[in-house]
Amino acid sequence: MLFLIPALPFFSALVLILAGRSLNKAAVSVIACGSMGLAAAITLVLGLPFIQSGGHVIVQHLWTWMQAGSFSAGIDLRLDALSLAFVFVITFVGFLIHVYSTGYMAEDADYSRFFACMNLFVGAMLLLVLADNLLLLYFGWEGVGLCSYLLIGFWYKDPANGYAARKAFIVTRVGDTAMAIALFMLFQYTGTLQIQQILDQAPQLWAAGNSTIVLIAFLLLGGAVGKSAQLPLQTWLPDAMAGPTPVSALIHAATMVTAGVYLIARTHVLFELAPAAQTGVAVIGAVTLLLAGCSALVQTDIKRVLAYSTISQIGYMFLALGVGAWSAAIFHFVTHAFFKALLFMGAGAVIVAMHHEQDMFKMGGLRKQLPAVFWVFLIGSASLSAIPFITSGFYSKDQIVWLAWSSVHGHTFYWIAAITGAFLTAMYTFRMVFLTFYGSKVSHHTPHAPGNSMMVPLYILALCSTLAGFVELPHTMGHVTLFSDWLQHVLPAVQLQQESTALEWTSQLLAAGLTFLGIYIAWVWVIERPDGMLRFSQMPFMRWLRKLWFSGWAFDALYDEMLVHPFVRTARMNRRDMIDRIYTTLARIMEWGHNILARTQSGILRWYIMGVVLGAIVILSVLIWRVNV
Amino acid sequence: MNIHPTTAGMTLAGILFVLGLISMLIRRNMIFMLLSVEIMLNAAGLAFIVASSHWAQPDGQVMFMFILSMAAAEVSVGLALILQLYHQLKSLDSDEASRMKG
Repeated sequence: MLFLIPALPFFSALVLILAGRSLNKAAVSVIACGSMGLAAAITLVLGLPFIQSGGHVIVQHLWTWMQAGSFSAGIDLRLDALSLAFVFVITFVGFLIHVYSTGYMAEDADYSRFFACMNLFVGAMLLLVLADNLLLLYFGWEGVGLCSYLLIGFWYKDPANGYAARKAFIVTRVGDTAMAIALFMLFQYTGTLQIQQILDQAPQLWAAGNSTIVLIAFLLLGGAVGKSAQLPLQTWLPDAMAGPTPVSALIHAATMVTAGVYLIARTHVLFELAPAAQTGVAVIGAVTLLLAGCSALVQTDIKRVLAYSTISQIGYMFLALGVGAWSAAIFHFVTHAFFKALLFMGAGAVIVAMHHEQDMFKMGGLRKQLPAVFWVFLIGSASLSAIPFITSGFYSKDQIVWLAWSSVHGHTFYWIAAITGAFLTAMYTFRMVFLTFYGSKVSHHTPHAPGNSMMVPLYILALCSTLAGFVELPHTMGHVTLFSDWLQHVLPAVQLQQESTALEWTSQLLAAGLTFLGIYIAWVWVIERPDGMLRFSQMPFMRWLRKLWFSGWAFDALYDEMLVHPFVRTARMNRRDMIDRIYTTLARIMEWGHNILARTQSGILRWYIMGVVLGAIVILSVLIWRVNV
Repeated sequence: MNIHPTTAGMTLAGILFVLGLISMLIRRNMIFMLLSVEIMLNAAGLAFIVASSHWAQPDGQVMFMFILSMAAAEVSVGLALILQLYHQLKSLDSDEASRMKG
């Protein structure tokens, strides 16, 4: 039954690709959402045995994909606790987003193409997380990259969307290449691409710190960084907001960008053998979460705030992976999927209500006009800012903040970065809320409230955002470890340098205090004294800083100068292609010879007679010579 | 100087032939080209006569009669062709007949 989980979305994608245009909208919605719903239901059914024991594993071998000499790769699916967490999120949140899209994309002419691409994406993502060998994982990896490209450039008639789609694809391709090299090296050393076999053989083949395994781990990290939009490959995600909002919710918040997190968690044995690479993971996570947090603070487009927020939150997950807190990262992934999808879909509801206006400074006062959207958005924002006790984000993020210091690989720098990140998160999140929903009405449009198909998924996700946290409570508050115990068979538990309840309380109080401080500053900034803030931000240094942060720390300009311009310049130098010139020169020599010889064909009779005479002279001389000599 | 008569005759035939050839190459008028061909034919015929007298055989003489009759036929055909060319080109310049150029 396991194979049905990825097969159903693939099948419905196929049906929609082949026959989608001739079906009416209701049929398309039923096929698309139905396959997702069925996949979610099958996940729940298959997940029941996992409740008793987290060590349960379901393996299904479908067929042998290829066999070449000693290498054989099959279509093997594996469901264990880690992949179940991901499959559950993908199918469940995916189903809600599909239902939401039936409302959001209702006016669009390319309705069936949208759902075909979305289902194809979900199928590929499920294949990625269920794969038992790295080749199938890479297949899913590339598949989600393709669907991301198709969906970002969904409204292809605008060339800017095509550019954003190409940028996303090319930047993630850089990571994919690194990952492919890692796969080659893994095969070369272990002779297999089966994940479990590699994880078993790795400790025997390489001692901890061996340079080969460090290189392999760094290459895998390169692949993860590309897909998950972390430093240095984070430039594609803000531009990917050119796609429709359900795409941003599904792909660029809940699922595809977490593929990197899944990869690192799945190959955690390799990272444990390569401490340098694991430190790299943590450092990248810490730096990225700060950079993205600063950038989110000055954005005007509501979706770009959420995009930078996603980059920042995945930085938290990377930080957790880097300090060895594997299950904390997965826990944050689950809660993040809920509240980020909720926020994106809420933003989509606002955008549609405001007739596709995305600039926050042109919104305002929507609290009174769209009350339902306001409340679900507020719940999502509270979860993102990790408001204590009542939100799931609090439990997952606080766990990461604490473990960033207390784990054996932890470091004070990571803790400081995580705490500052929490402060920034609260600030930019509530700046977004206040700009959009509070204040006086700025636009002239009358917003119309979204329909049920859009609101019901939001209500469900708001519920999940609140309740999902209670499966893992920290030591200081009841010490419930349902989630990490459940994952313990797949991912090892984090080792602490010291267990100290007092220090944990300090960390949590500081984090909570900074969160409320951030919300207060955002309040003052937007509502209370916007003019004072305006004067402050007009100072020259502030203006420069604002410009820097608005462009995402000028990475686009940097890559333009470093990579794009030299390449274009070199291509222009070779405009009259050197290699082509070899062949055209050959042709030109032939032409030159032809022109010379053509002049003998003058059509003048006497020349031809001369030719005959000369030929006769030559032959006679040869004959006489040979006879005489 | 004592030149063997056969050698002298052959030399004369050779000189006549080359003269005919050069005049055919130089001249542009088609009638004169035909004349040159006649000179060449007669030179060849002279060579045959000299050879037959050298070998005291009548074969050369017979050959010369063949050449003469062939020359007559060839001249009539050649004149017919020149008339046609003149009809087309309105001139007797053989350089005008260069449509096979290139």
